[in-house]
Amino acid sequence: MAARKSASSSSDLLLSMKNIHIKGKSDDKWIDIINGVDLDLNRGEVLGLIGESGAGKSTLGLAAMGFCRDGCKITDGSIQFDGMDMLSLSKNELRQLRGHRISYVAQSAAASFNPAHKLIDQFCEAPLIHNVMSRSQATEYAIDLYHRINLPDPDHFGFRYPHEVSGGQLQRAMTAMALSCRPDLIIFDEPTTALDVTTQIEVLAAIKDIVKEFNTAAIYISHDLAVVAQMADRIKVLLKGDEVEQAPTDVMLQSPSQDYTKSLWAVREYNRKEQKIPPQTEMPIISIKNVTAGYASKLDVLKEVSFDIYKKRTVAVVGESGSGKSTTARVVTGLLKPRMGSVSFEGETLPAGYQSRSRDQLRRIQMIYQMADTALNPKLRIRDLIARPANMYLGLSGKALEERVRELLHMIEMEPDQFIDRLPSELSGGQKQRIGIARAIAAEPSIIICDEVTSALDQLVAEGILKLLDRLQSELDLSYMFITHDLATVRAIADEVVVMKDGVVVEQGIKSKMFTPPHHPYTELLLGSVPEMDPKWLDRLLDERGKDNLGDAAIAKMQNQGLA
Amino acid sequence: MPNIISMIIKRLGLGVLTLLLLSLLIFLSVEALPGDLAETILGQQATPETVAAIRKELGLDQPPLTRYLNWLGGVVQGDFGNSLALKKPISGLIAPRIQNTLFLTLYTAAIAVPLSIILGLAVSLFRNSYFDRITNTTALAAISMPEFFVGYVMIYFFALSGYFPSMANINANTPLLDKLYLCFLPALTLTLVVTAHMMRMTRAAIINVLALPYIEMARLKGAKPSRIIVRHALPNAIAPIVNVVALNLAYLITGVVIVEIVFVFPGLGQLMVDGVKFRDVPVVQATALIFASAYVGLNLLADIISTLSNPRLMRQR
Repeated sequence: MAARKSASSSSDLLLSMKNIHIKGKSDDKWIDIINGVDLDLNRGEVLGLIGESGAGKSTLGLAAMGFCRDGCKITDGSIQFDGMDMLSLSKNELRQLRGHRISYVAQSAAASFNPAHKLIDQFCEAPLIHNVMSRSQATEYAIDLYHRINLPDPDHFGFRYPHEVSGGQLQRAMTAMALSCRPDLIIFDEPTTALDVTTQIEVLAAIKDIVKEFNTAAIYISHDLAVVAQMADRIKVLLKGDEVEQAPTDVMLQSPSQDYTKSLWAVREYNRKEQKIPPQTEMPIISIKNVTAGYASKLDVLKEVSFDIYKKRTVAVVGESGSGKSTTARVVTGLLKPRMGSVSFEGETLPAGYQSRSRDQLRRIQMIYQMADTALNPKLRIRDLIARPANMYLGLSGKALEERVRELLHMIEMEPDQFIDRLPSELSGGQKQRIGIARAIAAEPSIIICDEVTSALDQLVAEGILKLLDRLQSELDLSYMFITHDLATVRAIADEVVVMKDGVVVEQGIKSKMFTPPHHPYTELLLGSVPEMDPKWLDRLLDERGKDNLGDAAIAKMQNQGLA
Repeated sequence: MPNIISMIIKRLGLGVLTLLLLSLLIFLSVEALPGDLAETILGQQATPETVAAIRKELGLDQPPLTRYLNWLGGVVQGDFGNSLALKKPISGLIAPRIQNTLFLTLYTAAIAVPLSIILGLAVSLFRNSYFDRITNTTALAAISMPEFFVGYVMIYFFALSGYFPSMANINANTPLLDKLYLCFLPALTLTLVVTAHMMRMTRAAIINVLALPYIEMARLKGAKPSRIIVRHALPNAIAPIVNVVALNLAYLITGVVIVEIVFVFPGLGQLMVDGVKFRDVPVVQATALIFASAYVGLNLLADIISTLSNPRLMRQR
C-alpha cells in the first residue's frame, strides 16, 4: 500500500492551497465566499479551521478535495495535493482521488449515510470503486477498525442499517469509513457538532486515535474552539471568507493576536452574578409537582418531575437529547396534559390543557423557541409579529399599539424605523431571535420558557442574546425556565440548575453548588464531558476514564451500578 | 418480517373494505339511473303485464337491499349474474376479456415500465442537458395528444405501410407470437400515453434525492454519476416511482376503452362500453367492480414494494 503514495512524497508538504477565491450564487448574483485564503498542510499534521457560520470553513475544506457544492465555483487560486494541481485535473482524475487519498467526514452522519444500504456495504464502497481491496478484505478491515474504535459488537456492527445504531456510533462508523482506503488526508467537517457532550467524547477519542495511529493528515473544521484545541496541531481562524490569523494550538490559545480571535475566546468567560436565594416564605411563580407525562400510547417520557421557579430567577433545565426537557416545557405551557401531577402558577393550580386556561393565564407564560426561522411566520412583517400578542392579550390598538411595538423594538436593541416593516427573511439569525424575544415580552408575561434559544446561533451572537435576556429580566422582573444542553450557557445565565436524564430529575440546586463537587455521578459525567480549552484535556480524560468508559458505555456502566 | 406480514394482512383487510364500499356505491349509482330496465328490454312490447313479468323474472320486484345482498353473494362466489342483453352468464363473457386486457396491459407494461424508468434515470443523470429537454418535451407531447389520435397516427405510419395490422382482433386460440404481432400497435400507443408520467416521476423522485447529504457523501467517495444515480438515489426513490407505476398499470387495465375501440380489441373496456350502451346493468356492475379491484390490488402491491424497499420500515429498531 505504501507504493501508491506517489514519487513526490519526499516532500513533507501534502496540501498547498494558494490564494483561493470561491464564489457562490445567490439569487442570480455571484457573491464572495472565500476571498484569497492560503492553506498549507504537512503529512500527518492536523489543522483546525475555526470560524462562525458563514465563515467559509466547509467550503474551504471541500475545496481541498477539489469539490464545490452546486452553485459554487473556485474562481482563482491554486490547489496542490501531493504534487498534483487539483484544479487542472479532469473529473475522472479527481474522482480517483476522492474517497481514496482524500476522504470526508460530514457533520451529520445520520444524514450522510445512505439509509438504503448496510453500514459495511457503505464502508466497502470506496475500496471497491478504487480497486484498493477486495470485498472480503475490505469487510475484514472494517471489522478491524470497528474493534479499534470500540463500537459495540464490532463483528456484526456493520451488518446493520444506519437507522439501527445511535448517533454517536454512526459518527464513529463514518470516521472508520473515511479511513477505508487509508487516505493521506481526511476532512472532518464539524463531526461532533450535532452530538451530546457525553457522546462527543467517544467520537473525539476515536478520531484522535485513528489520526494518530495511521499518521493521517487532517483538516478539522469546527466552531467550537475547545474541541479543535484537542484535535489540532495548528489552528486557523476564518471570518467571512478571510483568514484572521493562524498559529500553533498552544500559541493560539494563550496569546491570540487579533481582536476577533480574542473576542471569540472571551465569550466563554461571560458569567452573570448569581442572584440571592429567595426567602422560604416566597410563593414560586411556577411550581411543577410530581409530573408524569408521555405521548400517545408510548411510555412515560417524564417521571415524577418536580421543581419550582421563583420570581426574577433563571432555572436552567439541563440534559441531553431525549431527557425530557422540552416535554417539561410542553406540560408547563399546557400543550401536553400530564398523566399525573400538576403545574401551579403563583400557588394556583393551572388547568392541564391550554384550551381550558384563561387568557390571562396564557398571557403570563410565554415561550421563545430554538429555531427562530420556523417560529416566526415568514409572511408577516415585524410590526405585525410583535403587535399580535400586544393586541390579543392587552387589547392595544391603533396608535398605542404602534408605540408599544416601537418601544419593544427599542428594548431588544433594534432600531424601529429600520426594522419595523421588514420580513423575517430580511433579518439575520440573531435578529430573528430578538424578534422572538420581543414577541414574548409583548404579552407582558411573568415567566418565559426559553427552549434552546442560543443553540442555533454563533457564540458571539448567542452571547448578545444572553445579555439581552439578562437585562430584560432585571428590567421587567421576569423569570426564565431556560432549557439547554450546553453547560457553558448554564454557567453564564442560571441561578438554579435542574439536571434531567431519561425523564427524571437527577439533581437540582443553586448554580454555585451544582458546579462544585461532590456531584451526582451523571452530573459529574456531564460536567466532565465538556471540552476545556486545555489541549491536553482529552488525553488526560482518556487516561483517567479509560477508553471503554466513554459516552454510552459510561452511562450504561453507571446505570448498572444503580446510580442513575 | 412479522412487520410486513401484519402490514399486508391489514392492507388486505382495508382493501376488502374499500371494495365492499365500492360495490355498494356501484350498485347505488346504477340504481339511481333513470328509466326502468324492464321497459328498456321490452321496448315496444311493454305492457304492464309483461313488464311485471320481466321484473319478477329479473328479481327487480325485490327491495334494493335484498337485491344488493343477492348480487354481492353471487359475486363472492364468482357469479356475476346473467347479461341482460346476451342472456348468458357474465362470468363466461368476462373471462376471455380479462385475459385479453391483462395480456395487453402486461405487454404494454413490459415495454413502458423499463423504458420509462431507464429514460427517467438517464434524464436525471444528464439533467438540464439537451437530451433531458428533448426527451421531456417529446414525452409531454405524447401525453398531451388524445389517445385515439395517437392510435390513428400509429395506424397511419405503421399499418398503412403494412408493417403491423391495424386490427388487434385476437381470441383465446391465437398463438402467442401472433398475439404479440397483432397487439403491437395498441401496446405502442399505450406506451406513448403512459411513459411520460412514469418517466417524469422517476426524474423528479431521483432529483429530489440527489439534494441529500448522503449523495454528496457518495460523490466525495469518488463514485461515478451513474453509480450515484443507480445505487444511491434509486433505492431511496423507489416508493414514489412504484406508486406512479401502479397507477399507470391500473389505468392500462381500466382506461384503455378508447384505444380498444380504435384497434377493435376485445378487452374489458369495450365490454363495459357495450354494457352501458345496451343498459346491461349486471355487466356494467361487474366490470366496474373488476376495475375497482385492479386499482385496489395494484395500490396494495405498490405499498408492499415501497415497504420492502425501505429498511427503516422493514427493520424497526
